Amino acid sequence: MIVPLDEAVRELVHDGDTVALEGFTHLIPVAAGHEIIRQGLRDLTLVRMTPDIVYDQLIGAGCARKLVFSWGGNPGVGSLHRFRDAVTHGWPVPLEIEEHSHAGMANRYVAGASGLPFAILRGYAGTDLIGNNPNIRTITCPFSGQELAAVPAINPDVTVVHAQRADRDGNVQLWGITGVQKEAALAAERVLVTVEEVVDALDPVPGQVVLPARVLDRVSVAAGGAAPSYAHGYYERDNEAYRAWDAIGRDRGAFTAWLAELTATAPPPAGPAAPEPAGRGL
Amino acid sequence: MTTVAWTSDEIMTVTASRSLCDGMSCFVGIGLPSTAANLARRTHAPGLWMIYESGTLGTVPDRLPLSIGDGSLADAADTVVPVPEVFNYWLQAGRIDVGFLGAAQLDRYANINTTVIGDYADPRVRLPGAGGAPEIAASCREVVVVMRHSRRAFVERVDFVTSVGHGSGPGDRERLGLRGAGPVRVITDLGVLEPDPRTRELVLTGVHPGVAADEVRAATGWDLAVAEGLEVTPEPTDAELSVLRSLTGAA
Repeated sequence: MIVPLDEAVRELVHDGDTVALEGFTHLIPVAAGHEIIRQGLRDLTLVRMTPDIVYDQLIGAGCARKLVFSWGGNPGVGSLHRFRDAVTHGWPVPLEIEEHSHAGMANRYVAGASGLPFAILRGYAGTDLIGNNPNIRTITCPFSGQELAAVPAINPDVTVVHAQRADRDGNVQLWGITGVQKEAALAAERVLVTVEEVVDALDPVPGQVVLPARVLDRVSVAAGGAAPSYAHGYYERDNEAYRAWDAIGRDRGAFTAWLAELTATAPPPAGPAAPEPAGRGL
Repeated sequence: MTTVAWTSDEIMTVTASRSLCDGMSCFVGIGLPSTAANLARRTHAPGLWMIYESGTLGTVPDRLPLSIGDGSLADAADTVVPVPEVFNYWLQAGRIDVGFLGAAQLDRYANINTTVIGDYADPRVRLPGAGGAPEIAASCREVVVVMRHSRRAFVERVDFVTSVGHGSGPGDRERLGLRGAGPVRVITDLGVLEPDPRTRELVLTGVHPGVAADEVRAATGWDLAVAEGLEVTPEPTDAELSVLRSLTGAA
């Protein structure tokens, strides 16, 4: 159950898979994304509500054939330039896109987790998203006659999320802004969770989400694995790294150099980072 | 003796903050809207109930967040809910008074584009996309748009309707089943535009001090009508400016 990250990615993620690495600003599974790049996976359909810089990196590295998303930007900074380059110039490979609103994507995960074929919502009416995406349709309520939007369930082949901690049996605990991770995990065929640390017992935390080990496939320790996003109670968001990404992402040469450095580096060690992470706990 | 000087961005943010009343619930986007909402809460609207789409309800951040999901927002929130709940239970169910949005392009009916410049299939510029905006524009009781004024941004027709303002005119929102009132005000670095109650077309109803109506018309990509009794925005107060500058670090 608890295995090194490179082994977990090798076992669970395959070329051509639909992969959701979720995280809404907080707990973004960056280390797992980097391992996908290192292993040179190709033709992935990447799914995420808020693709940010780790998706920019996956796209720039040529891992993705398609992106399913609702907001693709560098939060608080600007655009994702690798994403933009792939969409407008097909570099390094063409990228197909399927684009929704946040409400639509959130409900698609809820339907996927619920074992339903589609979700309904009040949304999209009057927008050009509808005409450009065959996965947004309308449905008439059989009770009231109201016309509502319908979107298909998302059921990723693999969902990857990052969490604060797991116990030795692989039960996972996360807290703070928990986004859509529970739904994304329960919607998936296979689930990989990276954690800051493994502990003997998961002491309850207010607002926590617990993912029981029985719905997960592999847990890997990746201390600092959400950076430059953050892990509530462990480390803060590195806003400067998000700003600094802008210049790297803008330039194919700078990005290529960044990529060469990443792929030349071994994955992070499975043990806890030393010294103890500052601000651990609550 | 001091002369209070301010920038066009500062008066835009101050004017936007004055759109928010004490006790309102406000769905806050990042950037200018977030700055304006946090300014309002620290000045005339201490009871403003701010929601960020990451799920932080009733948050009172001690500093301006860079993203909609900074840890400081979660620490300072009444409660943090999962993302599907924000959109379904809070926004879709009609519990939010005002949505604050930005735009890359806006047209005469206040329709909003944050998706692409140019053709969707072969865009000149690819923008981040919809995020929460389509449903914020649909379901909040009212919407306030904050953006800088230019002919590139204020266009006859948006290249892509990401979020519906007033569609193509009167009756469109009702026909589409959009339950909120839509954009009631567009606040820029030059002035204030509001929809004509009859035609729903945006009309210039206010200018900031020192700005002429013709200047605003020249920065607008359609033949912008000017309201009778055009108002001049009251200047930012010392208190507003000092709070704003403490938030943005421009003190």
